[in-house]
Amino acid sequence: MTDKPVSRKFLGEPYFGTPLGTDYHLLPFRFHAIGDTREVLVNETGDHLLVPRGTAGRIVRREVDGSEELYEDLTANFFISPTPVPELLDVLSTRYITKKGFLESGTSLHIFVITLRCNHSCHYCQVSRVTQNQDKFDISTEDLKAGIVHMLASPSDEITMEFQGGEPLLAFEKVRYAVETTVELNRTTGKRISFVLCTNLTVLSDEILLFCREHAILISTSLDGPEFVHNPNRAKSGAASYGLVIEGINRARAALGHDRVSALMTTTALSLQYPQEIIDTYVEQGFQGIFLRPISPYGFAVKNQKKNAYETERFLEFYKTGLQHILSLNAGGTYFREDYTSLILQKVLTPFGTNYVDLQSPTSLVNSVVVFNYDGFVYASDEARMLAERKDYTFRLGHVSQPYAELFSSQKAVKFVNSGIAESLAGCSDCAFLPYCGADPVLHHATQQDMEGNRAFSIFCKKNMEMIRHLFELLDSGDSAREAILRSWTHQKPVTAW
Amino acid sequence: MVKLVVKGKPLNLSHDLVGRVVLGKDGPSTVEVVGGTRMNGALDAVHQAWLTTAETPEATLPSVHSLVSIGHLEAGDIVLIQRNGLVRTVFRTASPDNTLFTTDQCNSNCLMCSQPPRDIDDIRYHYEINCRVIDLIPGHTETIGVTGGEPTLMGGLFFDLIERLNSRLPATVVHILTNGRAFSRRSFAERFRDVNTPNVVLGIPLYSDYYARHDYVVQAQGAYNQTLLGLHNLGRAGARIELRVVLHKLTYERLPQLARFIFMNLPFVEQVSLMGLEYTGYTPHNDKILWIEPSEYVAELTTAAEYLDSNGISVSIYNHSLCTIPERLWKYSAKSISDWKRQYPDECGRCLVRDACGGVFATSKKLSSHIRPIEAL
Repeated sequence: MTDKPVSRKFLGEPYFGTPLGTDYHLLPFRFHAIGDTREVLVNETGDHLLVPRGTAGRIVRREVDGSEELYEDLTANFFISPTPVPELLDVLSTRYITKKGFLESGTSLHIFVITLRCNHSCHYCQVSRVTQNQDKFDISTEDLKAGIVHMLASPSDEITMEFQGGEPLLAFEKVRYAVETTVELNRTTGKRISFVLCTNLTVLSDEILLFCREHAILISTSLDGPEFVHNPNRAKSGAASYGLVIEGINRARAALGHDRVSALMTTTALSLQYPQEIIDTYVEQGFQGIFLRPISPYGFAVKNQKKNAYETERFLEFYKTGLQHILSLNAGGTYFREDYTSLILQKVLTPFGTNYVDLQSPTSLVNSVVVFNYDGFVYASDEARMLAERKDYTFRLGHVSQPYAELFSSQKAVKFVNSGIAESLAGCSDCAFLPYCGADPVLHHATQQDMEGNRAFSIFCKKNMEMIRHLFELLDSGDSAREAILRSWTHQKPVTAW
Repeated sequence: MVKLVVKGKPLNLSHDLVGRVVLGKDGPSTVEVVGGTRMNGALDAVHQAWLTTAETPEATLPSVHSLVSIGHLEAGDIVLIQRNGLVRTVFRTASPDNTLFTTDQCNSNCLMCSQPPRDIDDIRYHYEINCRVIDLIPGHTETIGVTGGEPTLMGGLFFDLIERLNSRLPATVVHILTNGRAFSRRSFAERFRDVNTPNVVLGIPLYSDYYARHDYVVQAQGAYNQTLLGLHNLGRAGARIELRVVLHKLTYERLPQLARFIFMNLPFVEQVSLMGLEYTGYTPHNDKILWIEPSEYVAELTTAAEYLDSNGISVSIYNHSLCTIPERLWKYSAKSISDWKRQYPDECGRCLVRDACGGVFATSKKLSSHIRPIEAL
């Protein structure tokens, strides 16, 4: 046995690769100005660096020297590489796969439009009918069952089955049938299924609540803000909506548990004047977050570009004011999130993607969501069936009676998906915010009669670009308390369905 | 410091042997060693030996006599009795910190190594000893460490050792310290997956998010890339991983960046341990490039620990007495220094949080100048 000690002659740091010159290779990255003096660099997996304006130019001109801390940041975060092909390509590819993980599972969100009948006549709603005609506007048992069979044939192990309307509780017996049939048929498929019931909570009964508890059904309701915003937004004959929905929320929480009830707001021209009041209503009602949703372009003159741009502008003001108010609430000790911001931050500040369907590329159409409409027709998204109510059947995949492959692997489905890959869309492919954004063929078709769309006139682009830019501005302000608040919103698993 | 090696005079010892201590009939000056096996490869389950401080030993059995003391031996301890009369305690029944030593060899040569590597052909020898030791370790043992040197240099024996631990001690957590470089080879990571269980944890060091700095600290070109590729292969194999960062002058500055790098690129790790320097081994030699008072890196340490914690990665601060870190970090502090080399300076007697504190390294030849009793909270 020899016993010779390993050399104590240690080598200096330069030996291990810190280059003296600027001999480095570029990895794919994009950049965007943040304010007048800063810019954000974003690499292929969505990792970012906030740096002085002009840094991207310095990097490309090979002006960043190995002695700079920036050189270390750029190397460690996969913006430049000492070798033409990074030694850690395997790590980088795993990172990319993780971000696109939603693609691996297959269609998860299955929306069933139980009925178009409703006891509200909200002026922004394009689909509901106040009618007694069950035969015409309720889904048939036969179509419902065929849809469930398709749903259970999805490659995804995790399924969200969402009941929408109209007001699905006006046809509660159909909801009951759907849940019970799904549970029964799933005995052989063994998928993990979450049920979500979208309801205005104005026709609750003990029987319904008992059923929801028995099957762990999540309640998603509509709350547009304080009474003076909610009631005009959500017109209802007889008793006003606000009191009924608040009562319904409390009853449902008592029966099912506080966190089993969520609420969504819809922004209208009226709402735009009251961001703080709307947020305060959510806080008062014990919610931990709010989703400040943009005005749906499906409601008004969708093809009027000027009006769309104007409305988007106003919404962005509304969003920023609201976000500022929410940040103040947090600074004062009230934990409360803006949910869309949380989703974007999840993409910016964590290595994970989200399952949120409106910010996916490739598009969530068919990949992540399908809709079984009350009349047996199958659509590629919730908005797609709204277009159909205006006689635009572009995104109809077919009828539920058709075989699975014919519906979901058709040429049509492929076309939707191909026109919704932001990585290959003009104006998106070179955008710094690409890793955080999505593609929306339905919206672009509705507003521009072109599924791919022109980014210069896209309200989807205008909205997301400005929101993401604004968030980077907030993250870069050097206000560490505010940064901590924003970070805290990513510290939990994202919500998967709305 | 607890004594782990004593020297005496060997008698009838033709081979090294491993055995379990039983308290002797003749009082505290003699212990009996049973269940031993000779180190010539032949199993000899009932082999016995005597260890004694007396100068007139039992003549027929293998013995070591004239030992300076054997008071440190307790019933149930496992000892390695060497032909030259050295008696090494290799498992202490009263300790939660037992480790199996696998080799002095290492393919890195870290600037702050507390146990500098030696280039000696010792792998088979330690493997044989460890197999005997494992057979004698009680099944209720909570944790057993595996250390070196670099255990993966054992090659195939590395997996044999893990398998033996898994089969003999199925309820024991096996905590292996490795630089992870070997796992950059897919085949090696796949062999690990075949022997991996939920009880196996790998402790792997990562000193910087910047390759050249990590490679400099471990004195091995390409080590950073190998360790990271290894970590990813291990992540795919479902390994439980503890990342270990030793804090010193070369690692503290980019600690917040390293924390972010870990969350973004290695979110599958179970724990990150932020460790104080043990001032022994190479460290005194490299004092000028390594030594820094913990008080000087408190800001970086706080940022990194709280970032990782809030992102769901468990954080432990090792080897820092509570008086050297701010109170907001105490919740991360772990009593990490092995009991046999943990000590408390005299003034700690007045300290209010002594019981919660992990003390200091008895092995450290230099301690923080900020060590003081905390007399008010």
